Amino acid sequence: MTDRLIVSTRKGLFHIARKAKGWEIESVDFLGDNVSLARLDRRNGAFYAALDHGHFGVKMHRKDKGGDWVELPAPAFPEKPEDLDERDGWGRPLPWTVMRVWSLEPGGADQPGTLWCGTIPGALFRSDDRGASWRWIKSLWDHPGRKRWMGGGADYPGIHSIMVDPRGSDTVRLGVSCGGVWETKDGGETWACRANGMRAEFMPPEFSADPEVQDPHLVVQSPSNPDRLWSQHHNGIFITSDCSANWSEIRDVSPSSFGFAVAVHPREPDTAWFVPGVKDEQRYPVGGALVVTRTRDGGKSFDVLRNGLPQSHAYDIVYRHALAIDASGDRLAFGSTTGNLFVSENQGDDWIAVSGTLPPIHAVSFG
Amino acid sequence: MAKVFFTANLQRHVDCPMAEADGATMRDVLEAVFAENPRLKGYVVDDQGAIRKHMGVIVDGVVLADRVRQADRVQPHSQIHVMQALSGG
Repeated sequence: MTDRLIVSTRKGLFHIARKAKGWEIESVDFLGDNVSLARLDRRNGAFYAALDHGHFGVKMHRKDKGGDWVELPAPAFPEKPEDLDERDGWGRPLPWTVMRVWSLEPGGADQPGTLWCGTIPGALFRSDDRGASWRWIKSLWDHPGRKRWMGGGADYPGIHSIMVDPRGSDTVRLGVSCGGVWETKDGGETWACRANGMRAEFMPPEFSADPEVQDPHLVVQSPSNPDRLWSQHHNGIFITSDCSANWSEIRDVSPSSFGFAVAVHPREPDTAWFVPGVKDEQRYPVGGALVVTRTRDGGKSFDVLRNGLPQSHAYDIVYRHALAIDASGDRLAFGSTTGNLFVSENQGDDWIAVSGTLPPIHAVSFG
Repeated sequence: MAKVFFTANLQRHVDCPMAEADGATMRDVLEAVFAENPRLKGYVVDDQGAIRKHMGVIVDGVVLADRVRQADRVQPHSQIHVMQALSGG
């Protein structure tokens, strides 16, 4: 069981710990600043935090075990060729400047210094020195399919999911809004889109099955069966059993199959959790009742979990990085746009409110 | 030498006292300041070297015209203010 949570919010990075009396806010770093994403590198105990200062841009910080926060260089685009007219899939000008760190993932155990970072606009960066320097992955940026990516919820396309395959660190998969699922098997030298079977209802019929325009809000890989991936997509829940070669839609999920987040059990690939909402144009819990849905059979059936969650006039939305599961598979936590933070210690059957007064929550993880 | 003053709100994130630098253009002056204080650069300009979208620069009472290349001329005794481009609220 993991007794600690890190919660990235609009007004700081909150450290939550399970004490004798229950879960408590233990400390806050970067109080007052917008921490868009933070995570623990379990290989060495270092924390990374991405800040978005608005006026002053995107910054990256690291705190080594027992040390203090130190600012690192943030991932940055190279100089844009002067004669290049860069546009997104909608034909809108696409700036060559990092606007948000949207995903950050340590490499495999055999690559101890490696970090992958996905940004808005949709670029991928790699560090092999624990964030001291970043390399722009030009091979992905130059891919003709990348040039078709377009903004979804944000103005510009972005990479929000990075999955390093546990069977080999050179195989990395990405989730892109909007742009589908992408795969490299050679450490980032070559790329291919792997989103066959996804469905983009927001596009004209002739494009709805096009892999490169899909909007998977989040993609996660089962640690115990890496061929199994789950996606909470803009148009529903999708699952693959062949490592993203083919995806199937899971239909008729009550109360809704719209949402942003998904978590998969560390040892049971058919068990996953979601936090549903009224579909895209409204985005609030169905009927104002906040629930979590759970499947234990690969999406054939779902439990609707509501014990301990507000069941009237709740307008919480849980962003894609704000639902987490610990290594035991028993503890889950999620945070919402309205500053509610909940923890479950029994796989979601019951929920405990840790706080209802936090700033808007971007991301939650155990660590 | 031109004098460059930075918004107090930036001081919270990176040490940036008033700086003095020579240069014919605003870009020259900023590059000279950034050479002495490399961490400051990313707080003021974006990946392409343009003044960040929500930052503003005023040179001797005149708003910087060329936010991308900062080709505006600077005088030896210019007073330059690097500020947040606040707009209401």
